[in-house]
Amino acid sequence: MISLLRSIGLIFLHMFRKRETIQYPEEKVVLHPRWRGRIVLTRDPDGGERCVGCYLCAAACPVDCISLQATEDENGRRYPAFFRINFSRCIFCGYCEEACPTYAIQLTPDFEMGEYNRQNLVYEKEDLLIDSQGKYPGYNYYKVAGLAAGVKGKGEGANEEPPVDIRSLIP
Amino acid sequence: MNEILKYTLMIVILLFTLTTIAAWLIWLERRMLALWQDRYGPNRAGPFGLFIVAADTIKLFFKEDWIPPFAEKAVFVFAPAIVAAAVLLSFVVVPFAPDILVADLDVGLLFFLAMSSLGVYSIVLGGWASNNKYSLLGALRGASQMISYEVFMGLSLMGVVMLSGSFRLTDIVMAQKDYWFVVTQPVAFVLFLTAGIAETHRLPFDIPEAESELVAGFHSEYSGMKFGMFFIGEYLGIILISAMVVTIFFGGWLGPFLPPIVWFTLKTFVFIIFFILLRASLPRPRYDQLMEYGWKIILPIALLNLLVTGGFTLLKA
Repeated sequence: MISLLRSIGLIFLHMFRKRETIQYPEEKVVLHPRWRGRIVLTRDPDGGERCVGCYLCAAACPVDCISLQATEDENGRRYPAFFRINFSRCIFCGYCEEACPTYAIQLTPDFEMGEYNRQNLVYEKEDLLIDSQGKYPGYNYYKVAGLAAGVKGKGEGANEEPPVDIRSLIP
Repeated sequence: MNEILKYTLMIVILLFTLTTIAAWLIWLERRMLALWQDRYGPNRAGPFGLFIVAADTIKLFFKEDWIPPFAEKAVFVFAPAIVAAAVLLSFVVVPFAPDILVADLDVGLLFFLAMSSLGVYSIVLGGWASNNKYSLLGALRGASQMISYEVFMGLSLMGVVMLSGSFRLTDIVMAQKDYWFVVTQPVAFVLFLTAGIAETHRLPFDIPEAESELVAGFHSEYSGMKFGMFFIGEYLGIILISAMVVTIFFGGWLGPFLPPIVWFTLKTFVFIIFFILLRASLPRPRYDQLMEYGWKIILPIALLNLLVTGGFTLLKA
């Protein structure tokens, strides 16, 4: 009996507590920098696409919502011919970001992706590509890769030595 | 002729006011529950979310009013009407103010007891006509709860009748001129309130409905406006029990400065809000626990209270 009265009293005192609700459209939620939301494709500092079309994100995706086709430009630089994410399937697990070797695919703190038409949830490359370096500013894969693909010549990288003629005996 | 016109007008106004208040109690309940659970509740449609009631009503009207093929059709349709009708009939004897009441019956208290227990027919018939095991279980629970709690609901009021010497509700109110009956009959007040909650099937005594065990109990098969009738009946019941508690134990319309009807409304709303607070704070007892409280604890207390009151009345006489 006492416990009943006590719980009634305690609930009554909740009247003077602060309310927990966030009045969403007017009041926004605080999203932390690592919050896993809308997926983007980032660019390197020179404005080129970071994605090299290695298919690792598509392989890592547990719901198979990523599909892409790799191709090469005249310099031998790989890039995706198309890159498609079906956000009606995506579960925002972030495995694609973990799998990406070039920091191209990244998840951003944004969840406001509502659409009236289901087909609009399928994002193409032009919807995904942003003019930003995302979480890794200054990183350019082709600057540190050993491959010449129009960004730098072979052996011209910061931590590279010029190529050696292995058939020559001269030191 | 003038008399008839006056009473007809009074009935129409009462019906309109009561059903409107009952509808808006849904909003009040949701807001108050939210307040006690650190939420906001409905606050979008209109000022303070008041128009949610209109939206809900329109929604209920547009829902499919489905009668299951296995149901007993005539009874199934008729059952929801009983609860609202029975509760509204009880309001006939409630004295809202000295000049605002429909009928000043000299057995007003008995009429109230009779009418409020008629409401259980709605539950029993609705549950039986649905032809569904959960509905029937809910109906059985409703019937047994009503029988056991009706007993001491009446008994707890007899002390008040002894003190005021009348079954007429206006006499009972006038007998509280010096002090309210809650002062002299505190035990009876607690018992009546408990029985009243059980009578309206409100939480924590909502075992005929018990959505965590019985789907929705007696109204599992109901939809659309038929379900709405059960809902309105429940809220009318809350108003009725609160009004009766105020009339019998808290001096009805009596109070200084403000006009009588304002006092009555204020006191009634305090109890309506108390009902909602109970819903927010107490868990539902098990079915057998409910019966045990009723017969083994509350009934002896009610009888004892009656005995002591009778003794004191004899000593004074």
